[in-house]
Amino acid sequence: MQQQNSRFFFNVDWVTILIYMALCTVGFVNIFSVQYDPDKSEAFSFAAEYGKQLIFIISALILGLSILLLDSKFFSVFAPIVYGITIILLMVVLVVGRNVGGNQAWIPIGSFRLQPSEFAKFGTALLLARYISSFNIKLNTFKPILICAAIITLPMALIMLQPDAGSMLVFLSFMFPLYREGLPGNLLIIFWGAVVLFILNLFLSPTLLIISILIIGGLFAYNSRKRLQKVINVGIITLIAICYLFVAKYLFENVLKPHQRTRIELILGLTSDNRGAGYNVIQSKIAIGAGQLTGRGYLEGTQTKFGYVPAQSTDFIFSTIGEEWGFAGCFVVIGLYIFLLLRIVNMAERQRSVFSRVYGYSIACILFFHVFINIGMTIGIMPVIGIPLPFISYGGSSLWSFTILLFIFLKLDSNRMGFI
Amino acid sequence: MDQLFNRKYIIQGLFVLIALILLGRLFYIQVASDKYFLDANNNALRKKFIYPARGVISDRNGKILAQNQPTYDLMVTPNEVKPFDTLSLCNIIGITMEDFRKKFHKAVVQSRYQASIFQKLLSVQTYATLQERMANFKGFEVQKRTIRYYPDSIGGQLLGYIREANQREIEKHQGYYKPGDYIGKSGIEKQYEVELRGTKGVRNMLYNAHNVAQGSYADGKFDSLAIAGEQLTTTIDVEIQKLGEQLLTSKVGSIVAIEPATGEILAFVSSPGYDPNMMVGRETGNNYMKIFSNPYRPFFIRPLKGRYSPGSAFKPLDALIALQDGVVDEFSTFNCPGYYWAGNRKFKCEHVDGNIALRRGIARSCNTYFYNIFAKMMLKKGGKNQHKAYDEWQEKVRKFGIGDTLGVDFPGESSYKLFRAEDYTKRYSKYWGYTTILSVAIGQGEISTTPLQMANIMAIIANRGYYVKPHLVKGIGDTKYIDPKYKEKHTVGIDARHFESVIDGMQDAVNSSIGTATESRIPNILMCGKTGTVQNVHGKNHSVFIGFAPRDNPKIAIAVIVENGGYGGAYAAPIASFITEKYLTDSLKGRRINGATIDQYKAANLLPVLKDKLPKQKLKTDTSKVDTAKKIIPTKATVARNQFNKVAIAPKNNATTEQ
Repeated sequence: MQQQNSRFFFNVDWVTILIYMALCTVGFVNIFSVQYDPDKSEAFSFAAEYGKQLIFIISALILGLSILLLDSKFFSVFAPIVYGITIILLMVVLVVGRNVGGNQAWIPIGSFRLQPSEFAKFGTALLLARYISSFNIKLNTFKPILICAAIITLPMALIMLQPDAGSMLVFLSFMFPLYREGLPGNLLIIFWGAVVLFILNLFLSPTLLIISILIIGGLFAYNSRKRLQKVINVGIITLIAICYLFVAKYLFENVLKPHQRTRIELILGLTSDNRGAGYNVIQSKIAIGAGQLTGRGYLEGTQTKFGYVPAQSTDFIFSTIGEEWGFAGCFVVIGLYIFLLLRIVNMAERQRSVFSRVYGYSIACILFFHVFINIGMTIGIMPVIGIPLPFISYGGSSLWSFTILLFIFLKLDSNRMGFI
Repeated sequence: MDQLFNRKYIIQGLFVLIALILLGRLFYIQVASDKYFLDANNNALRKKFIYPARGVISDRNGKILAQNQPTYDLMVTPNEVKPFDTLSLCNIIGITMEDFRKKFHKAVVQSRYQASIFQKLLSVQTYATLQERMANFKGFEVQKRTIRYYPDSIGGQLLGYIREANQREIEKHQGYYKPGDYIGKSGIEKQYEVELRGTKGVRNMLYNAHNVAQGSYADGKFDSLAIAGEQLTTTIDVEIQKLGEQLLTSKVGSIVAIEPATGEILAFVSSPGYDPNMMVGRETGNNYMKIFSNPYRPFFIRPLKGRYSPGSAFKPLDALIALQDGVVDEFSTFNCPGYYWAGNRKFKCEHVDGNIALRRGIARSCNTYFYNIFAKMMLKKGGKNQHKAYDEWQEKVRKFGIGDTLGVDFPGESSYKLFRAEDYTKRYSKYWGYTTILSVAIGQGEISTTPLQMANIMAIIANRGYYVKPHLVKGIGDTKYIDPKYKEKHTVGIDARHFESVIDGMQDAVNSSIGTATESRIPNILMCGKTGTVQNVHGKNHSVFIGFAPRDNPKIAIAVIVENGGYGGAYAAPIASFITEKYLTDSLKGRRINGATIDQYKAANLLPVLKDKLPKQKLKTDTSKVDTAKKIIPTKATVARNQFNKVAIAPKNNATTEQ
């Protein structure tokens, strides 16, 4: 212990903290630009969004540094409790939550609003890491997979009740740490295959799809014609795939909410709507496209300044970056993220404890999901499902939760030589 | 570690792959395509146009013919409208609630965010009332505009009118006009549209998502000021224009007066006309239909499109060519027994004159004399070369501006065909000679002219051998610029010495007792002229007079056509004399030789009774009928009559150039 404390500052990965700070700064600078009004050149205001964001950043830093002061055993030990608390919060929000934009996702505490689904992410990550790191767990057997699935789906189900599809989908990212820990790759392929089929189902005719599934199935069957068992397996999978088509169609048309359907259809180009749900994406694409190579200059973006992009400081903050800093700015921001993600994965791999490794993969994949979907939706290749861009989007809950996620890992990493 | 360690690379590979996809897409929309960049400008950047005042149109002495007066349009921006007392707004602008709903719906359909016209052309009084309560009507605003006002109510067809530009005009002018902009549709307003309209000013404004202006783009670097339209000084003399319109009231016809030395058109009357103020303001649409459906076709611009055989008015020209050719001189005489034998065909003359020379021939308008000189011209190369002789002759006629447009600065000038030898060959096969086409000698048959061309022929004679292209605009703007082609002299290939004897005859036609145009005699002014009587199968003959005055150093050349006015001296000659007198002396002595006062001429109603609209087909088939008739019974004089009467009524389909 004595030894550890004295080497504390050498063991913490300062590079990651620098990237973290850089992304927070990018967020603050661009939120300032969204709010900036040349006609009202008042003094710096803490009532404005950029002012609040500065408070959020400072408090997040304090929060992060205090996490570094905790004992690293704490997280492993308290993982079930943290998970339990977040689950309770997710239930509470369904009762006392405030409805904002159709989602009952916020618990008002004083002047701030708490978003439990943000905190559920690290609660789940902790418990999952704790479970997988327990003795003699093999993720290629049925029972552990089921338990992992249960840990993940419980918060998903509760979030779906809010309903907040965007936050819910983020939990799919836990699939990758599980994969790293030995989840059979076939399961992943089947899952994503199902997703691809679901999407194809929406814009190709059923007959065409069934025929192509049969042909592919037939090819596989022919390939393994010498082993009867394999041929039978291929036949069963083919049959299931065909049935799945009809179930998926039914689910899409009867279970999804109309606005969710519209968003999915918009993203697939099945419908176009310039004023309604498609408006955000069109304006965001225009903003980003207007940036061209080097951007219109800081505080010069007309799309940004004149409020053409809705939810611009939160979910669509990337459009401001795109407009004012151009492709160069986008390249830098995406570069920072990728550098961060690859670094976290590398750091995860250098952990001795399984707990730390699983946790590291978890946060890398959660961040990856957010970055990919958020940027993807601002440029129109992902549906608008309203999840923030980590460290950059305006908002206390998301910034704190990402900070906690990251700094817990940094603490675990700084202690990688010790025992948990 | 174990083999699962490799899965690290799969996951990291996935991260990098997705990052590349995002960057690729970003590269496409930011760098490879500029569609989004333009869209961003369309979003935020809006051009606000400032409309300049349209140029004022004045007469040759600076008297205003067309000026501007302010009017107000009520505009509405639907999404800014808050609930308000609709009834009180309706009462102020004088519409019903039903209208209100309709108009509002129309505005919503057009655009919710952009202002569109709710009610056009509010009067100053309505505007004043409205302005007091404007605060109650959120989303409404009043936009000032100017419309035309014509203080003298004259020159409807001459000045033309302005209306909203249609799609075709918007495309034609490549981006200058927007829907709702005004454009000159006819007359001088159309011809000098570019000079009159000035240049729109533009302000590049930035708008936010709620369509609220956020200031000017790039500190106004790309803005421009409106440039007012140029003042246009026309060649018209408002006094004689007004007098001409009064004299042709209730008559179909036209008057064209030209200043010979300069080619400036002093009067340009087309009757029936219309008050140009009718084409301004809220009733424009109704008035337009009213004028358009008038059977006497006030939109038809007769001075430029009216098709008339010049008839006897052609004779001075014929004589000039004969003198220049040298086939006759001013002393050559021919015997007129009251008719002329051309081969086995007999052509009548109005009177028996015995031996007659040029001066008397013109004064008396002797057909026989002109048949003789025409025959001489055609036969000068021998009987076998008549076609060649005819071609030479018609080339000389062409120099007087017949058979083509004169190039006046006015839209829609018509040209009527002058036959070449080959055209006759097409019609008659090659066996035709001067006797076949003899009616051309007296300005009938295959010769048609517009009133402007007739006036121009008089200008040529007054100038003794040249003309300047007739034009209607004396100067544009302060510098009084005009196209140099309206300063150029065009000579017609006749030596100046030949003119005096022809002018002698024209002087006698007016001023001697034997003349045909004595009704146009003006006290103390030596007027020279020539009457024409154009026979008309549909009713009374058309009365024609062409002339100029004074004889020495002429100041005005004039052509007057009064349809259904009878013989030339009945209406056309006196009307021409009134206008000439008014122009030269700025006063009117009243009576003419036949004792009629000017008021009697003004009051006379010569509008033909229209039983129904003239059948178009009959007009077309007329030609062939006449032609076949001519071959079968060539001695009938009525044939010739038929032939030119048909052209005396302007064909209906000419009017279609007006919309």
